[in-house]
Amino acid sequence: MCLGIPGQIVEIVDAQKKLAKVDVSGVKRQVNIACIVNEDHPVNSCVGDWVLVHVGFAMSRINEEEARKTLELLIELGEAQKEIDAMRAGAQ
Amino acid sequence: MKYVDEFRDPVLAKSLIEQINILVEQIDFATERPIQLMEFCGGHTHTIFRYGIEQLLPKCIELVHGPGCPVCVLPMGRVDDCVSLAERPEVIFTTFGDAMRVPGSKKSLLQAKADGADVRMVYSPLDALQLAHKHKDREVIFFALGFETTMPSTALTVLQAEADGLENFSLFCNHITTVPTIKAILDSPGMQLDGFVAPGHVSMVVGEQPFHFVSEKYKKPIVITGFEPLDILQSIWLLIKQIAEKRCIVENQYARVVQPDGNFPGLDAISRVFELREYFEWRGLGSIDYSGVRMKDDYARFDAERKFPVPNVRIADPKSCQCGEVLKGVIKPWQCKVFGSQCTPETPMGALMVSSEGACAAYYNFGNLPELMALKAEREKEEALS
Repeated sequence: MCLGIPGQIVEIVDAQKKLAKVDVSGVKRQVNIACIVNEDHPVNSCVGDWVLVHVGFAMSRINEEEARKTLELLIELGEAQKEIDAMRAGAQ
Repeated sequence: MKYVDEFRDPVLAKSLIEQINILVEQIDFATERPIQLMEFCGGHTHTIFRYGIEQLLPKCIELVHGPGCPVCVLPMGRVDDCVSLAERPEVIFTTFGDAMRVPGSKKSLLQAKADGADVRMVYSPLDALQLAHKHKDREVIFFALGFETTMPSTALTVLQAEADGLENFSLFCNHITTVPTIKAILDSPGMQLDGFVAPGHVSMVVGEQPFHFVSEKYKKPIVITGFEPLDILQSIWLLIKQIAEKRCIVENQYARVVQPDGNFPGLDAISRVFELREYFEWRGLGSIDYSGVRMKDDYARFDAERKFPVPNVRIADPKSCQCGEVLKGVIKPWQCKVFGSQCTPETPMGALMVSSEGACAAYYNFGNLPELMALKAEREKEEALS
């Protein structure tokens, strides 16, 4: 639960509600990006950002290298598939 | 060094281990008693076991696996409350998958579901919110649990429910806080911890400042740590270095994710929706002051505890379970009377066996089980003789 999973923001769904579509290992799902936006980095500048997603919320902006390493770690811990399956089920 | 080749940078891993070995020679008390370091977070516990980190360290360093697995410390009475809420005919009870199998005094949420209660696993509180939009004739309750890492997500979900004008959505709030719990551990008699591996993603939300009391008041080193095996090894090196040099400060090994001031939008949402409870009951540890949060009066209409009757009965842990002693590091998981016999990951009695982040499940899944069970049998024989 506390590890989260990295993904890339591919689309802003609702700028008002701060909702975006994130691609996590090919699975696309809607997440809330309120915690990673501020005056210097508004909602509409987020497309392309790599983020750490916790239970449907982008909690931290990370670089691509960090995203890749974190995903590898999750795969090795056997946590990645569980998280992606849950995400996919929740997206339906 | 059976696992060191699995590290992403085996050369760096080896060098850190060499450094740690040199540094422990400079720590006087290490000849008399083990150097005890606690990793608070269940995610760290999982990594430590998966990569056999403890076996890579000098014998005089002992890792104590802390209570940082929210599912593991959930008391039975709260699970009973969940079941009672879930069994109301108008309710759709939503929860993270981890909580489904935690035993209550009568049943788990999984058993309640099998008996006909409408219990649904969700990935995110946002999914629960969607269900509330979709089923206006039902009451959707989200079982909010977790440390500060998950608090912003549930707080923001409540704020969204308010903005949407939803009246059929509420939280059963069981969030717990890290700092008062670390304080309770430091205050508990008989504890001899020499340093802390602090949780990376809790710190991502709360920042560095809340941990300063550990170094300032309790004079213990503490290092905010990422989840890669190399992160953990590096933090252990930083802690041992501080101990050897008789220093104690807060260090941030996970600066690539953790900002010194934490996450402002997340903290803002938390402070708008939640306030501290005077105390909260933990499985194995008992009641800890200010270690949980409840919803503020302004959000009472989104609070399942005020919207519905909740039994709120305190249920003692099963006598044979020694989760509390394991959580405090007094005994190792395999030393518990029911470990591996009555209590296994398939049929967990204690919560530490339920989640993959629990210390007992980690020992069971990644330890040398036949060896541990032989040790346990030997210990029981000795106890019977004395």
